[in-house]
Amino acid sequence: MNGASVLDARSIALRGRIVDALEGGRRGHVGASLSLVEILRVLYDDVLRVRPAEPSWPDRDRFILSKGHGCLTLYAVLADAGFFPVDELARQCTPDALLGGHPDTHVPGVEAATGALGHGLALGVGMALAARMRGRPARTFVVMGDGEIDEGSVWEAALSAAKHNLSHLAAIIDYNKLQSYGPVSDVLPLEPLADKWRAFGFAVREVDGHDVAALRATFAALPFEDGKPNLIVAHTIKGRGIPFAEGDPLWHHKASVDAETVARLRGALAVAAHA
Amino acid sequence: MEMIGKLAQRDERVVFVGSDLGAGVLAAMRAASPERFFMEGVSEQAIIGIAAGMAMDGFIPYVNTIATFLTRRCYEQLAVDVCMHGLPVRLIASGGGAVYAPLGPTHMAFDDFALLRALPGMTIVAPCDAPEMARLMEASLDLAGPLYVRIAKGGDPVVSRAELPFTIGRAILLEEPGDVLFVGTGVMTTRALAARELLAARGIDVGMLHAHTVAPLDVKAIRDAARDVRLVVTVEEHFRNGGLGSAVVEAFADAGVAMPVLRCGFPPAYSYAFGSQDHVLTKNGLDPAGLARAVEDILAARTVPA
Repeated sequence: MNGASVLDARSIALRGRIVDALEGGRRGHVGASLSLVEILRVLYDDVLRVRPAEPSWPDRDRFILSKGHGCLTLYAVLADAGFFPVDELARQCTPDALLGGHPDTHVPGVEAATGALGHGLALGVGMALAARMRGRPARTFVVMGDGEIDEGSVWEAALSAAKHNLSHLAAIIDYNKLQSYGPVSDVLPLEPLADKWRAFGFAVREVDGHDVAALRATFAALPFEDGKPNLIVAHTIKGRGIPFAEGDPLWHHKASVDAETVARLRGALAVAAHA
Repeated sequence: MEMIGKLAQRDERVVFVGSDLGAGVLAAMRAASPERFFMEGVSEQAIIGIAAGMAMDGFIPYVNTIATFLTRRCYEQLAVDVCMHGLPVRLIASGGGAVYAPLGPTHMAFDDFALLRALPGMTIVAPCDAPEMARLMEASLDLAGPLYVRIAKGGDPVVSRAELPFTIGRAILLEEPGDVLFVGTGVMTTRALAARELLAARGIDVGMLHAHTVAPLDVKAIRDAARDVRLVVTVEEHFRNGGLGSAVVEAFADAGVAMPVLRCGFPPAYSYAFGSQDHVLTKNGLDPAGLARAVEDILAARTVPA
């Protein structure tokens, strides 16, 4: 479960969309987006009940990218699903663009503005409680980063999620083990991570976060236990799919991406596509 | 607080979210609508996020805890979760100003107006007494965006008047302006009215504008009431900086109107005076006698053009 499973053509194509967005804005959280691709791909391809032509459909499943800095992947997946035109990607972060450096609700398909860390799980708890009050079948999914869960607000929300037995809420941790400054194990260790969440009252499963079939099977098993909120530890690799970016904290965020770098990224994806 | 239960009976969008405060609070609502009653823990950040998540689905959450914790502790949640999304979350703040004087500065909210005035879209209201609070709660149901309500201690003398219409965002002229105009908010309007009596006995005519809504400020009402006065005196249970007084000064400056303004409020210091709300107000010159003295002093100092 080290996240090293082979990437298929669709995963590589979505990464190509991410590079499109990166090229347009010349900036973005590259590594933090690349670890997320398969998680969001499987959610939007196979799991979430959403209607791209009707983003506010009341019975839709709610999805919150709590680690908002991973938005390049969210944009790529939402554009691919038809929430907005694909050519918006290339305008990311340019003056007056639809897509900014963190997601906001001006973007069709984005449920909540995120970017400040540690907000998504509490919003998700509120959405899940709202769905219960309304008697709707809607489920709520929240993707958090591993560094993000350093925030105390995450654990406050976790207590409420367990109290209210929110089995229609699923939180996913993109556990790429590398936060902004360096390894999670150095900056602020999280282990034993799965046990922490179990102790907080969650039903927990671990999965290779780049293995599409394993992700599908894990999501298909929701809810994992009656009366418990769900937590998926997705083991991933920061920068996954770009060998020279994998596991390198310097690729967490790039503030100036030049044409040469874009060419190198495309080259790496081309190699992967022919592997 | 009981009003929240009444609103919940009438309107299915109303939800209560508490933060481990007030044993037995809203017991009637809890019994009548348990599915819309949430007493969560001492976890203000999560509570604001949860309320925002509910509001995103069309609910109107009324969130209650102590003013300092409802502002400072979860400020980022107020900015990002509530204000950026323009959600109708109602923040019902207990113990604004010096109400919790005996408990010391961790519990005294002298900075809540300043903090929340910096948030785009946040409406800030400080009613002066229980009947006005009830009128505000009625009006709160249909306000589009977020609302912060600084509730008074309870049992405050009634100075609001039922015949004067209450509208969020509209200041109420309680007494016609004379040489001077008091602009007060919350229970300081009550103190200012008493100071007005003291000044009238000494031959100084003072009007009284009750600015229950600190943001958005009713600039037109303030400018209209101040048209013929020599001095405007703002009165608030808040730091002198950042609250109602600052907002009034900014409004005159923005309009290019030269108007002497005396800002009555707390100095920039944490209060360790304990005692009672009235003790702390008096110690800082915010009791009726202190306010009257401040007005007399500034008029006598001739810093104000006659």
